[in-house]
Amino acid sequence: MFYGVDLTSRLMLGTAQYPSPQVLLEAIEASGAEVITVSLRREGAAGGAFRDLLAKSRCRLLPNTAGCHTFREAVTTARMAREVFGTSWIKLEVIGHADTLQPDPFALVEAARVLCAEGFDVFPYTTEDLIVGEKLLEAGCKVLMPWGAPIGSGQGLRNLQGLRTMRAHFPDVPLVVDAGIGAPSQAAQAMELGFDAVLLNTAVAKAVNPVGMARAFGRAIQAGREGHQAGLMLERDMASASTPVFGLAELA
Amino acid sequence: MRIDLNGQTIETQARTLADLLSEQGFESPCVATAVNGDFIARPLRSGTPLNDGVKVEVLSPMQGG
Repeated sequence: MFYGVDLTSRLMLGTAQYPSPQVLLEAIEASGAEVITVSLRREGAAGGAFRDLLAKSRCRLLPNTAGCHTFREAVTTARMAREVFGTSWIKLEVIGHADTLQPDPFALVEAARVLCAEGFDVFPYTTEDLIVGEKLLEAGCKVLMPWGAPIGSGQGLRNLQGLRTMRAHFPDVPLVVDAGIGAPSQAAQAMELGFDAVLLNTAVAKAVNPVGMARAFGRAIQAGREGHQAGLMLERDMASASTPVFGLAELA
Repeated sequence: MRIDLNGQTIETQARTLADLLSEQGFESPCVATAVNGDFIARPLRSGTPLNDGVKVEVLSPMQGG
């Protein structure tokens, strides 16, 4: 449940870097995603075509504040996005470093506090840090989005134990792994850990066949979720025969 | 009057933000505006005067991750 909205598909798909608008539209369709992320930029030549595509996709929009490095930029961008996209949902990014694209947790919490007070439904892009997570919840966020790995890196879940701890620490908060996912298996892993959704973009957009990859991610995320719901077996240090020993012939 | 529009210095006759959008051919419902880093909501555009050297951003829906 994300701000009162139930989703069937647990994949949130980014819309940037696709080879063409047509491929993007087909990828959204193939993925089954019901939420797509969008941004605000100075309009280029393809602006009108993108607006038409958004109308065709029938998805719920999650505007982002990508590229914002300060509290002020992020808050202004969020306010602009709410007006132009007509939604109070905002993926709040406040970038702390240009190379790692790591979030600035201090400015993030401050921006989240202001935006939540203004009635935004804030989806904060954060790290797996538990205290930052608590501060974001105190600020009014009802969803947290920890990174898997740096944006666009495709490294998967870089701090598996940290994410596992975060899931256990916030059992009732919707958690979305956002960024760093490179392969469907990594998305499935996040879902098996009990995360509520996965947000990704580059892994689909930069695949050799983005439409095929979108479908693969949709299925992997569904499989991972079903696996989590079914309850994974516990790991063991030693082997344990699965075929019964009882009734084994004496042939030696 | 010279102003900064989306990072470009331009010469404009517009006296308000609303006038600037129509002068520059923006489709008003499809853009969001900021002046000197502050969001200006649609209903406030016609009452927002432009001064020499002001920085205006006019942004549109685009692809994002």
